[in-house]
Amino acid sequence: MLSGVCLCALAGEFVFAEPSGTSSEAASAVAHTEANATLAVPGTRLPGQDGSQEGWAITLSPLSPPAQTISDLFYLILGIMVCIFLVVGTTMAVLIFRFRAGRNEPGGEPPQIYGSKPIELAWTVGPAIIVFVLFLVTARSIFDIRATTPPKEAIHVRVVGHQWWWEFQYLDHNVTTANELHVPLSTDGTPRPVYLDLESADVIHSFWVPQLAGKTDLFPGRVNHMWFQPNRAGWFIGQCAEYCGTQHAHMWLRVKSESEDEFQKWVAQQQKPAVLNSAVSAGRDLFLSNACANCHTIRGTHAKGIFGPDLTHLMSRETIASGIRLNNKENLTQWVQDPQAIKDGCRMPDMQLTEDSTQKIVAYLLTLH
Amino acid sequence: MATVNSYSKSTTSATIPLVTRLHGWVSSVDHKQIGIMYLIMSFIFMVVGGLEAFLMRAQLWEANNTLVGPETFNQLFTMHGTTMIFFVIMPMLAGFANYFVPLMIGARDVAFPRLNALGFWLSFFGGCLLYYTYLGAEGLYGASNAPDIGWFAYAPLTSPAYSRGNATDYWILGTMMTGAGTIAFGVNLIATIFTMRAPGIRLTKLPLFVWMMLIDAILILLAFPPLTAAQVMLLFDRYLGAHFFDPQSGGSALLWQHLFWFFGHPEVYIMALPAFGIVSEIIPVFSRKVIFGYASMAAATAAIGLISVGVWAHHMFTVGMNDMVDTFFAASTFLIAIPTGIKIFNWVATLYGGRLQLRTPMLFALGFLSMFLIGGLTGIMLSVVPFDWQISDSYFLVAHFHYVLFGGSLFALIGGFYYWFPKMSGRMMNEQLGIWHFTFLFVGFNVLFFPMHIAGLLGMPRRVYTYAEPEWEIWNQLSTVGAAVMGVGFLLFFINIAHSLRHGETAGDDPWDAWTLEWATTSPPATYNFEEIPTVESRRPLWDLKHPDDPDSQYE
Repeated sequence: MLSGVCLCALAGEFVFAEPSGTSSEAASAVAHTEANATLAVPGTRLPGQDGSQEGWAITLSPLSPPAQTISDLFYLILGIMVCIFLVVGTTMAVLIFRFRAGRNEPGGEPPQIYGSKPIELAWTVGPAIIVFVLFLVTARSIFDIRATTPPKEAIHVRVVGHQWWWEFQYLDHNVTTANELHVPLSTDGTPRPVYLDLESADVIHSFWVPQLAGKTDLFPGRVNHMWFQPNRAGWFIGQCAEYCGTQHAHMWLRVKSESEDEFQKWVAQQQKPAVLNSAVSAGRDLFLSNACANCHTIRGTHAKGIFGPDLTHLMSRETIASGIRLNNKENLTQWVQDPQAIKDGCRMPDMQLTEDSTQKIVAYLLTLH
Repeated sequence: MATVNSYSKSTTSATIPLVTRLHGWVSSVDHKQIGIMYLIMSFIFMVVGGLEAFLMRAQLWEANNTLVGPETFNQLFTMHGTTMIFFVIMPMLAGFANYFVPLMIGARDVAFPRLNALGFWLSFFGGCLLYYTYLGAEGLYGASNAPDIGWFAYAPLTSPAYSRGNATDYWILGTMMTGAGTIAFGVNLIATIFTMRAPGIRLTKLPLFVWMMLIDAILILLAFPPLTAAQVMLLFDRYLGAHFFDPQSGGSALLWQHLFWFFGHPEVYIMALPAFGIVSEIIPVFSRKVIFGYASMAAATAAIGLISVGVWAHHMFTVGMNDMVDTFFAASTFLIAIPTGIKIFNWVATLYGGRLQLRTPMLFALGFLSMFLIGGLTGIMLSVVPFDWQISDSYFLVAHFHYVLFGGSLFALIGGFYYWFPKMSGRMMNEQLGIWHFTFLFVGFNVLFFPMHIAGLLGMPRRVYTYAEPEWEIWNQLSTVGAAVMGVGFLLFFINIAHSLRHGETAGDDPWDAWTLEWATTSPPATYNFEEIPTVESRRPLWDLKHPDDPDSQYE
């Protein structure tokens, strides 16, 4: 057991030629990723959105230690596989060309070769050595990424997967939000890694933001864990990666990494109860007297439903419907009027509201900053 | 009952009424007729599954496309996966095994002919039952309803709460029935190979196709019963209030994954081993050389069979198992690369010093070799667990398993079809059309599936009915173009079959100048296969006959 670990470590040193230590690697990773960042596409997923977000999910422009480790690993194994492919492929091509039957060849069969013990032994042992080295590298990187204890400064978030949206509960801050995960940016002195407890309210989902880390499933009846630590401010985009039913394709996921100050400001804002504005009391009454309140929570009112996203600070989010539409008056009106038209099959029914009621409810929602 | 030899184009068949001839087929217990019925079944479902795939490719042509809606798309990928695995590749390999294993071991039929027929009809009606879902499953979506649970049907998505209607039940019962048929096929094959070999064929003299089908049948017996058990448990969950897979009542959704993949991974090798076997027959014949390293080929097959029952959880690296479990399954998965590598090297070595005749079967065998090589190498990449965390359930994975199952298994199986068609029909396939078929298929396949690697690396998850990212569009469009090219290839294939059945050149007993026993009898063989049971002294009995001065037996 112990010797196995030592061997893993040895293999790691041999292959990577730089010390690992995932969290200490972050600093050097920043420089590394500047070059890769050009690979990132400007976020063009939503019509009309400015280019402020960091771009789409590209596994090879990692901006967090776990994703960085995996990306390094990828280039290593890709290199080995391409070499094997070239050697075997070229051999095949040469043999096919060299030994194809000509038109005017003499009859009779070529010499029969039944096998060769030394040669067969060689191509048993050769691959065995390659996969053994790969195994050591694999084992080492599994333990590298997984075996970390959260530091004091870590942020803990409980992530609950729902058909087809994400619930984020900041256990230390008593904040609940949906679909957009805000996390502080680490600085050199204070790493602020994010530790997620992953759970599911219904079926299996999978949390995948490729630039931050590999994916981990959200399993009903289990608590899974993963961590990441963005080393750059901005938006990171991902989506559910385990098929979870009708609207699996529209279970998008956004992570916003921001400076400590901005994050604290955001937390303070989220902790407040909902704004009470008498100008929109008609809309609020409609919201509370219709079935809306059965599924949604708005803190400070008696709406305490838990089946849909918490709407207390709805307007602090940039998007609705799990990231597929911008959060503005027009889209909100459409959504309240007929969610099925935007996200066919989603769990929110068409509430059969009149035009007037819709306008009033939307007016109320627009005040929930 | 008069046996009707209706697979031969003899003058007698024209005078027998159609009904009688059809009756001859459906009531047949002849291994060759059952084999051909398996192949016909496979081709029918191949067309259906292919159209499903093409609809998906059409929907993914551009970002935010609305050609088919989410429910329909989810049904399409569920039905496509289930169809291609259970009702295309499985019957095709069963068809070849049924037809050629008895011939290759010098037997007159399989050990249990009636069980054989039962197995086929169970498989066939299993497929019909699955597709009856479109008519029979009342559900929320009106007349057109099909399972939308994915081909591996993860719990708890299959529970009544998330899968209303009966579509899921049709999936369970249809695949379960086919599974029962497959088990019957496996039992029969093992009994046949162990008890019905002609005098002189010791296990060390078996043709490699038979060797690999033997291991294949053993894997079937290991893999299918757990699936059947899991499906019965799921039915109990859905109808009798059991809670095996229901986490809200103390069941375990993870249990389904273990049971399913304990079937599912050996299943990958169940589909691959017959392909290995066919290639091990084609490459020597068309290189005019004996297979390089017969013993290590057979041993590698046995090793693959053994290891393949210990790798299932590599489908589950993202479910949050602990480090030691992940490490164990990474190790076993790396291990299986070794015997697989031995096979590839032995095939390549067989080419060396040969006199290669690049006829259609050989083209497909070489196509298999190169495509399976890529699929195998990406498979090794995926067993690097952290890389799997990143890339699992992305389009990279879709590319990987199509390189294994399509570029691998199906290419070899189609090669086998070109190779054995003369024996089954008495006529040759058209060579020109065959070469065009191969070209379209090979080019189309790579244009279709290679870009999926890139889409996956760019973060595109599988099983999404639409996407918004413009960067993914080009890779998806390439894939769709490739699918169309491949469609043309298959069209040529079916035209070739139809044409050659009527107008093909007469094949004779042994058109390829081959060496195994099936070529020692007429094309197509008589019902009793061999007038006289042959006595065999080596792995290549026909080589011995053709070269009495230099028989194989003195080298083995």
